[in-house]
Amino acid sequence: MPATKKPLLDLSGLRYTWPGSDEEIRLPDLHINEGEKVFLYGPSGSGKSTLLALIGGLIQPDHGQVLFAGERLDQLKGSKRDRFRADHLGIIFQQFNLLPWLDVRANVALPCQFSALRAKRCGDVDKAVERLLMGMDLESAFWSRRADALSVGQQQRVAAARALIGQPDLILADEPTSALDAERRQVFIDLLFKQTEISGSTLLFVSHEQDLATRFDRVLSLDSVAA
Amino acid sequence: MKLLRLAWYSLLNRRSAVALTVVTIAFSIGLLVMVEQLRQEVRQGFYRSVSGVDLIVGARTAPIQLLLYSVFGIGSATNNIDWQTFKELEALPEVDWAVPMALGDSHQGYRVMGTTQAFFDSFKVGDQEPLVIARGKDKAALFTDLFDVVIGAQVARKLGYQLGDAIVLSHGTGRVSLQAHDALPFKVAAILEPTGTPIDQQLYVSLSAHRAIHVGWESGMQRPGSGLDPQEARARADELEPETLTAIFLGLKTRAAVFGLQRRVNEYRVEPLSAIIPGIALQELWRISGLAEQILRVVAALVVVTGLLGMLTVLLTTLNERRREMAILRANGARPQQIATLLVAEAGLIAFAGIVLGVVLAYVAQWMAAPILLDRLGIFLSLSWPEAWQLGVLGLIWLAGLLVALIPATLAYRRTLADGMQVRS
Repeated sequence: MPATKKPLLDLSGLRYTWPGSDEEIRLPDLHINEGEKVFLYGPSGSGKSTLLALIGGLIQPDHGQVLFAGERLDQLKGSKRDRFRADHLGIIFQQFNLLPWLDVRANVALPCQFSALRAKRCGDVDKAVERLLMGMDLESAFWSRRADALSVGQQQRVAAARALIGQPDLILADEPTSALDAERRQVFIDLLFKQTEISGSTLLFVSHEQDLATRFDRVLSLDSVAA
Repeated sequence: MKLLRLAWYSLLNRRSAVALTVVTIAFSIGLLVMVEQLRQEVRQGFYRSVSGVDLIVGARTAPIQLLLYSVFGIGSATNNIDWQTFKELEALPEVDWAVPMALGDSHQGYRVMGTTQAFFDSFKVGDQEPLVIARGKDKAALFTDLFDVVIGAQVARKLGYQLGDAIVLSHGTGRVSLQAHDALPFKVAAILEPTGTPIDQQLYVSLSAHRAIHVGWESGMQRPGSGLDPQEARARADELEPETLTAIFLGLKTRAAVFGLQRRVNEYRVEPLSAIIPGIALQELWRISGLAEQILRVVAALVVVTGLLGMLTVLLTTLNERRREMAILRANGARPQQIATLLVAEAGLIAFAGIVLGVVLAYVAQWMAAPILLDRLGIFLSLSWPEAWQLGVLGLIWLAGLLVALIPATLAYRRTLADGMQVRS
């Protein structure tokens, strides 16, 4: 457990209704400190995508607040939320993370195209890309290939490298291992943990695979808290 | 700039559909540019052919008809004018030079013009450039022998004639003529430098020779047993004065005298004459052809619109399959405006490539059409750069392409807002 207990993310009293839907989604309060690796158990239908969209600043809650790195994300205007996401958040999806028409390097460097802050933190972006790719155990032979020429496991590792580039405050991983077999799953999580520690980022790992939870600092559940 | 690079790679990924779109736009732009360039170049070519002549005089007829048959060999004269008229016009104080033209014969489909020394001395084309002898006798020595023939550059090139080659003229102007003036063959005395005008497509003989070969042909065909042999013809050369001409080209000492002289010729009492100012007759011709040109322009413009709509179709149909792409970009920090810009940038690149390729196609087409026009009309097409206003029009078309792309861009913008971060496939 990290010694510092500075809060990074604080969600409270969040409620949201998607346009065209009658059902109001209520989300549990959530508190995450800097440097933590948090497992969030979220079966489908638990409001997981709503939570991710709120943390990403893609939607504004009807009620409640999102406090992220000292910023009231729910009160920021649209384009400011976009910039905030670009600067502070690295995202890994379940699959199809990469732009197929870019090579591996360009995919990893993508967030630096949209965030000057993260590009600046990299120093030399190309070097940072290579460092992360090596850190995620991808040999240089793959670096210049088109992203869709890689296996699913390799693609997920590239996606992790991309999420980590420029040391964002929070890595948001949405079921990143569900397309991998058990062995690759463990390898992926090992690599992800190591690189997250190196970059000093916080990790919020959302999954329905409860057997993975034991490896994390803390386990939260959307299901049990949901009202 | 970064977005432009992304747009470029995204286009490369869909290169076959993109290439087809570019080609569609290129064809439409090519048509537009070609119509416009050909129009201008053909006008320029016509103008070059008559720029040195102040007045053309012929038997009473419509101005355009006189212009077309005298200069461009299109159609033929309905009536001749008297040799005496030429004498009188030539002697007028305001006339600097007068070149007679007697038509009626041909050689392998090329027109033969009976004329005088004055043609080579005084006739000018293009930017007031005089005719130049490429090979053969000096200008002053031309027509010293009755059977000297001077040939235009195209005639020499196409028929492969050299100095000293013997040529038999045919009666009439058809490409195939059964009646040959074979008793009196001519000898190539000189070959003219190319001028890029119908002058290159003609052969030139002296008026005396023109008269000589028609002795005994007064009825339109040779009376059996009549006609001259070369010795007789040479001996009588001095007395062989022409009786009639087809047209007269006049150069005046001052251009200001043109309108006065034109009126006097038109009111000439001895025989009915028409005098035309070539530039004005050409204007009249353009007024007639203008409608057709406008229609061509409208068609070309509509084709450009079709090209841009084709691009819109491609952008719209790929929008669905690119939904995931948009979500990835958005999750990695792209703002919805940037995603919309990406689509506009793609359209900008497609339209730009289409326009550039289209201009190239237009020039290739002109380059290929040039020899045909040279052959048929004697008009030389020079390839010139598009004028500033044409580049302006191309720029506007490019902007129209960007505007069209605002439709898919707006759709993408709305969708990225509604989709949030979910990756939909």
